[in-house]
Amino acid sequence: MSMSDTTMPGRTFAAAKPRAAPQRRKRSLKHSKWPVLLLFLPPALMLFTVLVILPMGEAAWYSFYNWNGYGVPEQWVGWRNYQLIFRNGAFSQALINNGMIVVASILIQVPLALWLATMISSRIHGALFFRLIFFLPYVLADVAAGMIWRFVYDGDFGLVGGIAHLFGAEPPYWLADRDTAMYAILGVVIWKYFGFHMMLFIAGLQSIDKSVLEAADIDGATGFQKFRLVTLPLLGSTVRLSVFFAVVGSLQLFDMIMPLTGGGPSNSTQTMVTFLYNFGVTRMQVGFGSAVGVVLFVICVTLAFSYKRIFMRHD
Amino acid sequence: MTDIASSPPIDAATAPGSGQRLRTTTQIYMYVALILVAIIVVVPLISTALGGFKTLSDLRGNPFGMPTEWQWSNYGDIIVSQRYWLQMGNSLVIAVLTVFLTLAFGAMAAFCFAHIRFFGSDYLLNYFLIGLMFPAATAILPLYIRIRDLGLVDTYWGVVLPQVAFGTGMSIMLFRNYFRNLPSELFDAAFVDGCGYMRFFWHITLPLSRPIIATVGIISFVGSWNSYILPLIMLNSESRYPWPLGIMIYRGEFNTEWQLVLAFITLTILPTIIVFFLAQKHIIAGLTAGAVKS
Repeated sequence: MSMSDTTMPGRTFAAAKPRAAPQRRKRSLKHSKWPVLLLFLPPALMLFTVLVILPMGEAAWYSFYNWNGYGVPEQWVGWRNYQLIFRNGAFSQALINNGMIVVASILIQVPLALWLATMISSRIHGALFFRLIFFLPYVLADVAAGMIWRFVYDGDFGLVGGIAHLFGAEPPYWLADRDTAMYAILGVVIWKYFGFHMMLFIAGLQSIDKSVLEAADIDGATGFQKFRLVTLPLLGSTVRLSVFFAVVGSLQLFDMIMPLTGGGPSNSTQTMVTFLYNFGVTRMQVGFGSAVGVVLFVICVTLAFSYKRIFMRHD
Repeated sequence: MTDIASSPPIDAATAPGSGQRLRTTTQIYMYVALILVAIIVVVPLISTALGGFKTLSDLRGNPFGMPTEWQWSNYGDIIVSQRYWLQMGNSLVIAVLTVFLTLAFGAMAAFCFAHIRFFGSDYLLNYFLIGLMFPAATAILPLYIRIRDLGLVDTYWGVVLPQVAFGTGMSIMLFRNYFRNLPSELFDAAFVDGCGYMRFFWHITLPLSRPIIATVGIISFVGSWNSYILPLIMLNSESRYPWPLGIMIYRGEFNTEWQLVLAFITLTILPTIIVFFLAQKHIIAGLTAGAVKS
């Protein structure tokens, strides 16, 4: 796992220094180290413990109760909240939708981002301009992007309706149709995030040693051969990173869904977080909502750990 | 393209000539593709901005084109309204407080992890990094109850403190990696001269850390400025709503008048777009490099 990997150099660095340093300084270091620790660590430590770790622990505790959030949780229900989650059709739909976002990212977003990145990296005029434009949606708020696309998809006043009108067709209402709504949302997700992934690939391409490509040139490789046999294998770590961000982003997706569909029609566009919000928060079902949070937590941590261990071991 | 196709065959036959031709035609394809993607990115934004200038019936018949009659009052009414400036102000206050605390707490803790060996320091660092692995939404209900019990519901702090807490892992990680890569001779020299940890932090580490301060600052500012779920749950009074929440309320109020909603969206994203174009290099670098390193 990369986290423990990154602590390794720190250990050697810190351990090596006193050995190389004269005895006198080692003592002065020791003398002054506690005040700074006592002043510098507690703010972050307390805030993090009280507002991140404790709530997560409390979620595990509350998840065994039926509780409306007032007073003390008393009505112990055992594993019932968890049973209710996994029996809930909307939750399975949310799981499927989160999976769809990851799949769309791997099949569409990563290739698109890589393709654009190779073009922009090939020293063309206006590269900076295109980079700027493609990155723009990423800095906009998810809520704003969702609202803008709600307008775009609108059958009566929006762009999609306008295009249908041009061809004399009946305007489609993609967001109101449970068969199309999720695909419409996938389009917005890609629109908003491909620029970020493209920047990852541009950074990855910059780190490739130019002499390798020149060697391929000398050996007479064509542009596509160079890409497939040299560039792509060298970008492996960037591809894995890009997919990792897509997985993490998918698990958090909420802000964009709310203005677009709010999880509807008939729960066809729920994600895990919108499910938590719609079924736990708005009804103040603290026990049930906490159980959803715990499930989400377990999924996040399991995915993060196993993805890093399996795919990003050497990165 | 026709020029190239009709160029004399004798030129095309020579190796440099054919290479040149390939490069030009592929370049044209590249530009066509790039411009197409750029259009898909930009058209929704421009139509939103233009839609704000239309009447509702104009929008219905003509969602793409220029407004037949420019309705400046759509924008004018929002610009002079108190709610717009109030929401922008709320977002700004929350973002500035979040950025300041995320930088301060993160840099201070990271300094300890980068320079001081103490009992359990590796475990403590990994403890903070747990925060990177799950989103704030997972524990949102217990978090709400805690904020309520602290009496912070419907205050800026009820949004700021959780945002800082969930940004701590990222902030510590980025600061620590940066601090550790500063030349260790600085540290040795400062200690020989009798400089303590505090003075070293203030007078040597921080002035050298402008790039990473900018990176962490940009990440936490953009995150806070755009944040929706925490304010949605922690705030009740409309007078304290930041703008993403304001858009949703506005849309709820004027749900039959898209042109006003479009004008409102345009005005709320305008500051982001202006700042992005002014500081694009730093923002793009900060957001991507920061994500990769943490």
